[in-house]
Amino acid sequence: MLQRIWKAHNLMDLACKDLPCSLNIMEVCGTHTVSIFRNGIRPTLPANLRLLSGPGCPVCVTDQGYIENVLTLAGRDDIIIATYGDMIRVPSKNGSLEKRADNQNVKIVLSSMEALDIAKQNPSKTVVFVAVGFETTTPATAIAVRYAAAENIKNFCILSAHKTVVPAMEALLSSEKAKIDAFICPGHVSVIIGSDAYNPIVTKYKKPCVVAGFEPMQIIEGIAQICSQVAAHAPKVESMYHAVVTPQGNVKAKAIIDEMFEPADGVWRGIGVIKNSALVLRDKFSEFDAAKRFGLSDGHPEDMPGCHCGEVLCGLIDPPQCKLFATTCNPDNPIGPCMVSSEGACSAWFKYGRRKKRENKQ
Amino acid sequence: MGGNDKILLAHGGGGRLTQQLIDEYIVPAFSNASLNDLGDAASLDLSSNKICFTTDSYVVKPLFFAGADIGKLAVCGTVNDLAVSGAKPFAISMGLIIEEGLELAAFKTIIESAATAARAAGVFIAAGDTKVVEHGSADKLFINTSGIGTRIPGLDVGFSRIAQGDVILINGSIGDHGMAILAGREGLRFESNIQSDCAPLNGIIQTLYEDDCLRPAIKFMRDATRGGVAAVLNEIARSADVSIEIEETKLPINPAVLAAAEMLGFDLLNVANEGKFIAIVQKEFAQKALEIMRSHPLGKDAAIIGQVGPQGDETIVELATAIGGRRIIQMPYGRELPRIC
Ligand code: SF4
Repeated sequence: MLQRIWKAHNLMDLACKDLPCSLNIMEVCGTHTVSIFRNGIRPTLPANLRLLSGPGCPVCVTDQGYIENVLTLAGRDDIIIATYGDMIRVPSKNGSLEKRADNQNVKIVLSSMEALDIAKQNPSKTVVFVAVGFETTTPATAIAVRYAAAENIKNFCILSAHKTVVPAMEALLSSEKAKIDAFICPGHVSVIIGSDAYNPIVTKYKKPCVVAGFEPMQIIEGIAQICSQVAAHAPKVESMYHAVVTPQGNVKAKAIIDEMFEPADGVWRGIGVIKNSALVLRDKFSEFDAAKRFGLSDGHPEDMPGCHCGEVLCGLIDPPQCKLFATTCNPDNPIGPCMVSSEGACSAWFKYGRRKKRENKQ
Repeated sequence: MGGNDKILLAHGGGGRLTQQLIDEYIVPAFSNASLNDLGDAASLDLSSNKICFTTDSYVVKPLFFAGADIGKLAVCGTVNDLAVSGAKPFAISMGLIIEEGLELAAFKTIIESAATAARAAGVFIAAGDTKVVEHGSADKLFINTSGIGTRIPGLDVGFSRIAQGDVILINGSIGDHGMAILAGREGLRFESNIQSDCAPLNGIIQTLYEDDCLRPAIKFMRDATRGGVAAVLNEIARSADVSIEIEETKLPINPAVLAAAEMLGFDLLNVANEGKFIAIVQKEFAQKALEIMRSHPLGKDAAIIGQVGPQGDETIVELATAIGGRRIIQMPYGRELPRIC
């Protein structure tokens, strides 16, 4: 392993030593962010190689309007909210699901099928599944809805905040807010969508895209691969995750997403509306769409005051540049979702980053 | 089915059913002279007047999990608190708060497992109490145990003795208990052969302090329960005003536990143990301590995991990672939630 690490660092040094400015690589996925911090990778990189955390933490990019809608539904006695764990602590001006959890109508689940089980066990209530996540979790939601339709389970529906990764990467590049030179593309998502999905980023924007798994060695070698592409001025899509990522991805999973969902414009925290970046249930299945069933609108309430999650998610600032970081905002009292989610950049900086003694003593 | 197979409010009412519960379930399991008297207080003959005294309450959910149950946990937890404080555990008390409706069979299993654990640890249940509360006022069963033990002469453990250069040891793999509990919880249905490490540590600790050369070199011990190894190390850093460095490649980790933790996004350094302790030993005696630990069944995977850094500078705990990087090990906070993907 040491030899591989040494070789990777050589490639990085070679590419970075003559660069006129910094090389900014965005790790799109929150799981990468956590792995990079947990393995202490940042301090080992060349000084002018910067890693930016991207919009790949599903909890973080879910906009405040969606959170408010979930909270509104949670306030009703005839509804049970079934949600993945990380979502319950996302704060809003009206509290969080966790604070409502004493109502007993907020249940943490690990899968969409569990939410369906809750619906079967509680025929007098409507179970709303908080359907959040990228292409990794969407197939499971699709299967649950298909099952509910086939079995005629009417007291089940989903509030979809499912999103697709590539449109967000394109939006970041075309907005030109942050200087992004290359992407480390998400491992799990790429298993589903396939590495070919990143071709437009290379052809249109000439940015290297390297898919990596979550092992530290994969990430280091992925960064090194990007460096050699930069040095050779030859951007392309590459995969370090050969074992599981194919160019086409998981055709079956993509088919079921396509069967149940269609693309729509989606609101992203910090980025705003991105064309065709959301997935909503097709009209055929609209009775399972909680937004339609309960007449919810896509309000755009403001983010929590003082919170800069939006800028963090676009790679514009590092979390310590937010004034609230480690002062009023910490994992016990998160102000924004990037501190709530275990995949969030603020939480990773807080947990694993070196901080001043004063902050450690708090 | 009648209510006879469940605990009823009347079991706590002081009448015939209470008597039956004590006579048929509790006394036979814990049988010893002090408890059998059923007096209002136990009289104990301690070999020394330098004693340690501790208490803890156990509210684990589920009551049964791979490798142990709340009964064993309640005994081992208190025994371990005494042992790491430098005491020889002698006797413990046990208060049971039972929610009406708990199956008598489950109750029996738990009591018997507590008794087995007490025998294994060489302590006896000197006093006890049972209360039954209405449905909803407790979650099946809460147990409080208090323990008393005598100080080991010549064993002086405390934050103030920790100094730069001291070596940090652990007696085996980390995070097993916490992940076993998660695996046992409804909803987390991953296949696993993960077992809680719940065990009394006084035996292995005794093998350390029985060695005359080693005894004075043992500076500090702490069982790494809630908050895991990360919490213990941070407490040491803060209280002893030192920095600490741990080496990732030296941490004993069970691969199945690691796989489950990675799937759920947990850091094993933050995950609870119930049969692991951190020992801080003077450098020259670290190898000897390691050998002694490894010769005990509860220490066969023991390892030297790091050392104490300079005093007063920056009281941080740092991890030297396998890939040659460094990062902070933070005091864990609140409760960790399984992540989405
Ligand atoms: S530190 Fe807290 S308030 Fe600041 S951006 Fe992160 S989550 Fe928002």
